[in-house]
Amino acid sequence: MLESFDNRGFKIAMWIIAALILGFLILPTLIVVPLSFSGSDLLEFPPSTFSLRWYQSFFGSTSWMLALKTSLLLGALTALLAVPVSLAACIAMNRLGGIKSRVLYTYVLSPSVIPGILLAIGLFFVLAKLKLIGTLSGVLVGHVVLAIPVTTIVLFPAVSRFDWGQVDAARSLGAGWLRAITGILVPQLNFTLLTAALMAFLTSLDEAVVSIFVAAGDSATLPKLMFLSLRDQIDPTIAAISTLWTVLVVAVVLLVNARRAP
Amino acid sequence: MTRIDPAVSATADLRRDLRRETAFFLSLSLPALVLVGLCAMLPILWILRQSFLTLRGTYTLSNWEKLLSSDLTWRAIWSTVELSAGTLVLCCILGLPLALALASAPQKLANRLLVLLMLPLWTSILVRTYGWLVLLRRDGLVNQGLQSIGLTDTPLALVYNFTGTLIGMVHFMLPLFVLPTYAALRDIDHNTIRASASMGASLPRTLVSVVLPLAAGGIRSGSMIVFIYTLGFFITPAILGGGQVNPIAIRIERTLSTFQNWGAASALGILLLLLVALAAALLVGVRHLLSRRGGHHA
Repeated sequence: MLESFDNRGFKIAMWIIAALILGFLILPTLIVVPLSFSGSDLLEFPPSTFSLRWYQSFFGSTSWMLALKTSLLLGALTALLAVPVSLAACIAMNRLGGIKSRVLYTYVLSPSVIPGILLAIGLFFVLAKLKLIGTLSGVLVGHVVLAIPVTTIVLFPAVSRFDWGQVDAARSLGAGWLRAITGILVPQLNFTLLTAALMAFLTSLDEAVVSIFVAAGDSATLPKLMFLSLRDQIDPTIAAISTLWTVLVVAVVLLVNARRAP
Repeated sequence: MTRIDPAVSATADLRRDLRRETAFFLSLSLPALVLVGLCAMLPILWILRQSFLTLRGTYTLSNWEKLLSSDLTWRAIWSTVELSAGTLVLCCILGLPLALALASAPQKLANRLLVLLMLPLWTSILVRTYGWLVLLRRDGLVNQGLQSIGLTDTPLALVYNFTGTLIGMVHFMLPLFVLPTYAALRDIDHNTIRASASMGASLPRTLVSVVLPLAAGGIRSGSMIVFIYTLGFFITPAILGGGQVNPIAIRIERTLSTFQNWGAASALGILLLLLVALAAALLVGVRHLLSRRGGHHA
């Protein structure tokens, strides 16, 4: 972009600043990796002894394991619910067109602009009325409604790009709508649908605020437990969890990028 | 028996089919409509109603009277705006050079670096907050570094205060600012920059009078995301603020969990929503004003 200019000093300065800022962005994620292998209770850096005790303390703890199981289950259920619901909505928006489509789109995306804390206390009040505080389904509806904007943003362009003539052809040959959509649209969008499902899963896995207010006991998620233990004291077990989490996210990002590349 | 004109009946059939089709597609959007309605719209309306209820469930204005006459409320509003404005200013200072560097890099390198930018975006907010807690502690890596190069003799208080919260917020929001800004910079027609150079403008001059105005759309959407998102942020001030930073989101949680006062917490919630709406209206208003002025110049 700036190739017309021969201002070397400026470009070097720009790259040094950019490198420093990128460093600032990844430093806090990387710092926890060596700490998770430390043998000491203190957060010393660099660690003087090597051990896996924090991984043992994570995998050996019933409450952490229960929270992990809850979070994974919630993530899977969120993806399972959010993807079909927003796929159906995207098809409706695409076929209806015009003002109806724009109103629908804005409405479906609206949970993403509501401050998380408001959604959390609002759900807390409603679920308290229904006596559903601390249940898995209470947390689940919160996660689904937060995942729907994400999956819609992923799916909408793909549904719009899709060649609807194929579905019309199938319809004119006598296929019902359901058959035309599941038989023709879904197989062609499979990679986008997978991406949307992964995004929904990660949205749920990472969601903390709704869980903090609405989850309790068996439905307490991993982020809720992490939040509580960070607030009380800095337990190095969190470093082990953070490392595992980062490895998982890096694997997912590389996987998606590798599939997209060819 | 009346005879029906076949053409008329065919049109009627088509109309009926079209109506049926529209109804079918509307019904496809029904699950999303109901879910968002019940799980996002209803809770917000519930908060609004609750803000006018006493603890016993009778209607009252006292929640609002107490809220608006309390010093704590105005301090919370100030703290919220201070944190959002500080985060936005730092995101601009750090994000513009980064977006510029990414936009002027070859596409392949830029894509690689974008993965680095996306990585924190996909890392759990709690993992990142924990990382900052470790880095910024009194005996943390940052203080160790500052002391070893002689910038300070005693460790600085970098966390459990406004500084720590601001660092955590900027770290969270920076990718959200850089992505739209980078996209806008990438879309600039290189000929405009070449033209500027060939007419003798220096690089800084070109950046200020050509590149930045052309990327204004992206910078504005990035700023809007950062400012509005920060207004209602909870996790970072709750952990890195250590009780010293009390924006509205933190006050809501405390009112609810410590004082069990649902009415007061609801009124605070509606206040936060109004603040978000006001900020959005102001930012959109500024855009209209700027584009009208731009129109006069053109």
